[in-house]
Parts: sequence; C-alpha cells; structure tokens
Amino acid sequence: MQIYLPIAEVSVNAFLLLGLGGLVGVLSGMFGVGGGFLMTPLLFFIGIPPAVAVATEANQIVASSFSGVLAHFRRKTVDLKMGFVLLIGGLTGAALGVVVFNYLKSLGQVDLLVKLCYVVFLGVVGGLMFVESLGAIRKARKQGGKVTAKRRQRGWVHALPFKMRFRTSGLYISVIPPILVGIFVGILSAIMGVGGGFIMVPAMIYLLGMPTKVVVGTSLFQIIFVTAFTTMLHATTNYTVDIMLAVLLLVGGVVGAQFGTQIGTRLKAEQLRILLALMVLVVCVKLALDLLLQPAELYSLGAVGGH
Amino acid sequence: MLRLLSLLLLIALPAQAADENVVLGLSQDRVAITSNFDGSDILVFGAIKRESPIPGGEPLQVIVTVSGPSEPVVVRRKERRFGIWVNIDSVLVDRAPSFYAVATSGPFSDVITNTEDLRHKVSIRRAIRSVGADMNIQGAQSFSEAVIRIRERAGLYSIRENTVAVDEQTLFRTSIDMPADLTEGAYATRIFLTRGGQVISSFQTTIDVQKVGLERFLYTLSREQPIVYGLMSLAIAIAAGWGASAAFRILRNT
Repeated sequence: MQIYLPIAEVSVNAFLLLGLGGLVGVLSGMFGVGGGFLMTPLLFFIGIPPAVAVATEANQIVASSFSGVLAHFRRKTVDLKMGFVLLIGGLTGAALGVVVFNYLKSLGQVDLLVKLCYVVFLGVVGGLMFVESLGAIRKARKQGGKVTAKRRQRGWVHALPFKMRFRTSGLYISVIPPILVGIFVGILSAIMGVGGGFIMVPAMIYLLGMPTKVVVGTSLFQIIFVTAFTTMLHATTNYTVDIMLAVLLLVGGVVGAQFGTQIGTRLKAEQLRILLALMVLVVCVKLALDLLLQPAELYSLGAVGGH
Repeated sequence: MLRLLSLLLLIALPAQAADENVVLGLSQDRVAITSNFDGSDILVFGAIKRESPIPGGEPLQVIVTVSGPSEPVVVRRKERRFGIWVNIDSVLVDRAPSFYAVATSGPFSDVITNTEDLRHKVSIRRAIRSVGADMNIQGAQSFSEAVIRIRERAGLYSIRENTVAVDEQTLFRTSIDMPADLTEGAYATRIFLTRGGQVISSFQTTIDVQKVGLERFLYTLSREQPIVYGLMSLAIAIAAGWGASAAFRILRNT
C-alpha cells in the first residue's frame, strides 16, 4: 500500500515503513538505544530526503524511547536523579550542536562530516565494547559462570567536587562527569540526527561506572527529552518533521520496543553488550565502505539555500 | 522573378500555417494528492481547427509537454581525496523542472528541428538551464546532464516518442502518466503542432497539482503554525508510546 508523505513529498510503501519501525524498535528496546543511528541511514536508503529523515527520526525516537522507558519504570531500572543530571547537559549540548550543524552547513560539507562522525564514533565505541565484553565472557567461562562485577577503581572521576549520591545506581560521584557526558552526547545527537544512546550507554558503563541494568532505562529517559527538544527545533526552523512518516515508523517502533525490552531482560549483560557492539560495528563498516568505494553516481542533487 | 516568388512563398507560408489551431481537452485539469496517491494518468486529447483544407506536404506532427514547477538545483560532484569520496565542486543549475515529460507523434528529430527546439525549449536538455556555472569547472555541461540522468532514473524526466496518436491530421490524443513523487504546483502543459520540423501552432494550459484533505491540512499547519505542529507531533509520539506500552501489558497479563 503506497502512502504519500505530505512533508517529504514522496510516496512510499506503508508496510515497509511499519516493518522498518518494528525492526529498529526491537533493537531499541533491547539495548536502550533510540535506534536512530540505524533508522536514519535506512530512511536515506528508501528515498526520504535527508533533512526530513533526520528531523522525523528525532520525533520517532521520542515515541519508542517513551514506550521503552515505561517498561523500565515498572521494573525500577531508571535512575531518575542521574537522568536529570544528564539531561541538563544533554539540552545544553543539543543547542550547541545545532549551532555547530548550521556552521558546517554553511561550509557545504555537512554530509561528509556527519558520515565521518558516524564512522569514527561507531568504530571506536563498537570496537571498545566488543573487546571488553568478549573479555568479560571469557573470564566468566573460566570462573565457571560466576561473574563478579568488578568495581571501577577510584580514579579522577571520583576526585572531582560537587558529589552527589545516586541511590539507584549505587554511586557517590561528582555531577561534573555526567553533565559533560550529557553535553557531549547532546552535541553529537544534534549533528548526527540520532538519540545518542549508542554513545551514552557505553559512557555510563565505562566512564561513570553505572550498573548495566540501570543504564538502559536511564539512557532512554534522557533521550526522550533531548529528542523532543530536537524535534521542536527542526519543526520550527526547517519545517522538516513529517508526522505521517513518524506515525508509521512509531507504530511499528513502539510495538517492537516492547518485545525488545522483554528479550533484553532474558539476556546476560555481557551478551547484550557484545550484540550491541556487533551491530554498531556493522553500521560503521557499511558507512565506511560508502566513503571508500567509488559511488555509482558521482553527482548528487541538492536544494538551494536550505528549504 | 523566381527569387521574388520564393520570397513571397516564404512570407506566405507561416501565415497559412497559423490557420491551424489546437482545440484541447484534458481528462482532468487538476491532480489531487491524497494520502494514498500513487501517481496519476492524464489523458490529453484535442483536435486541430482549420478554416482551409489540410495543406499538402509534410504530415502534421504533435508534441505534448508537461512540466512541473521549476526550481534551482545545486549539483555536486564527488572525487577521491585522501582515499574517501568527497564533494569537490558544485554547479548551480538555475532552472530545472521537478517533473518533465515530452510525448511526440514521431521520432523526436523528425518532429522538430534543432532551431525550433532551441526557441521553444521542448527537449529535456533545453528545458534545463544552467546559469552561474563556474567557468573554472571543467565540463559544466556534465552537471546539467547529471540532473537529467538522475531524474530520468527516478522517472521524473521522460521522453516518450511515438506516443501521441494523430488521426487524419485532425484528432490527437496521448496519455501522460505522472509518478507518485510529485511536488505541488502549476504544471505547464504545452501542445505544439509541427510540419517538417517547424512549429506552426502552439497552445498552453496548466494542470494544478495540489495536496488535498489531510495532506493539505498537515502541510499548511507545519508551515503556518510550526510550534503547534511540533507539539502535536510530540503529543502523538508520546501517546503512541504510552498506548503501546499499556496495550502490551494488558496483553501479557491476560
């Protein structure tokens, strides 16, 4: 069934969109990532104009994250206090990110830089997680399946001032690192058109030392607000949010997210991490190949002066 | 004397030619883009009105063109730098229609001469104009060709030779199918009558392509009330997220 999207001004198959939404939704529920880093390139691929894809994706992430976070609230795996601290950074970062984005746009190389950002961050994050979780699984096997959670050593993160107690995470750390993580992820999410979960989740695990079970819910909680903010920004400045496209994606997405959350609770933390790492690496390799191999069409068309 | 006669004949010819005029019919003069819009077929038909008998010589040929609203387009070219493919240079194609279809009653080169094509901008190449091409860029021409190539592949530009049926040099009809990916606007429709490659008469009308109903409402809202539109998008997203979560829980508990 073909459906005409009023803002994107293209006609696409409605079931294809529902399917894409569902697939990405499952992953989003499993890993606590918004799924934007998968969905945005997929939307480009089926012919949605990039500006519309990025803006609409932000709106869709709001829905799938909201659906996901409710499931986590019921299991009490959301650290609200930590979420708010991250959010302060995230909103600041998103606003900064939009400024950076517009600057890159004026240079005319925004596509390339966005892609390079993807390759670098997905590569680094995916690689690190893969190696780490592989090591954890090996260690678990040697110890006869007994996993002893290794506490992070008290490093510079713990030496900073403005300490705060995060009861749900069982942490007593300074608020500066979470705020910085929030700002950083906020900037990236505005530039790359994603929720930023794939950076946020590892940063929370490795940098802040939060327990994996709490990380997913907290990340989703924070993503809702950052992407809602981004959606409003796109809707009012670029007019590129396509609600029809968003609704189709999110109907598939929210259903998928529910299943994903169920699957996620059945897997072990290491398995979850290694799967996420593999997925991140696959997307990274795909994008890197796009940059390295000669494209079939060397020319591309673009609108003049934005929209 | 002979020279004078031929000169007279030359003057007389266009006058005589202008006696043939187009009477046009369209199956629809507006295209409504609805939610399930997946393209449209427009039947273009008409007759040639003339006071005098059908002139001898070359047979009458008909060309029908439909062109969407024209917009400037930036064409960028990639080249390999430091091992990766990067946009190196760009050319502004000053005017390129979003949709362009040409239907003719015979092979294009037989139906219209190059000079006439240039004057009336009938062929796809002529309908695109590239101004502002940086002269430092080699082969600026290849940029406008890229526009044609990319849009032809997307089914937006097409030349359909031998698709206009002409009966008794008087009646003609053709059907123009428009793809689903149409943009809004007034689509200029032109009909040319030619003999021996010369345009003897032309006629112009427009087909309005417009979004209607829900599509119209959403589009207008997004442009005129962006804040309301943005908030509505968010509200729908959150409601859907909550609804799905609640529905799933009920499903699991039963």
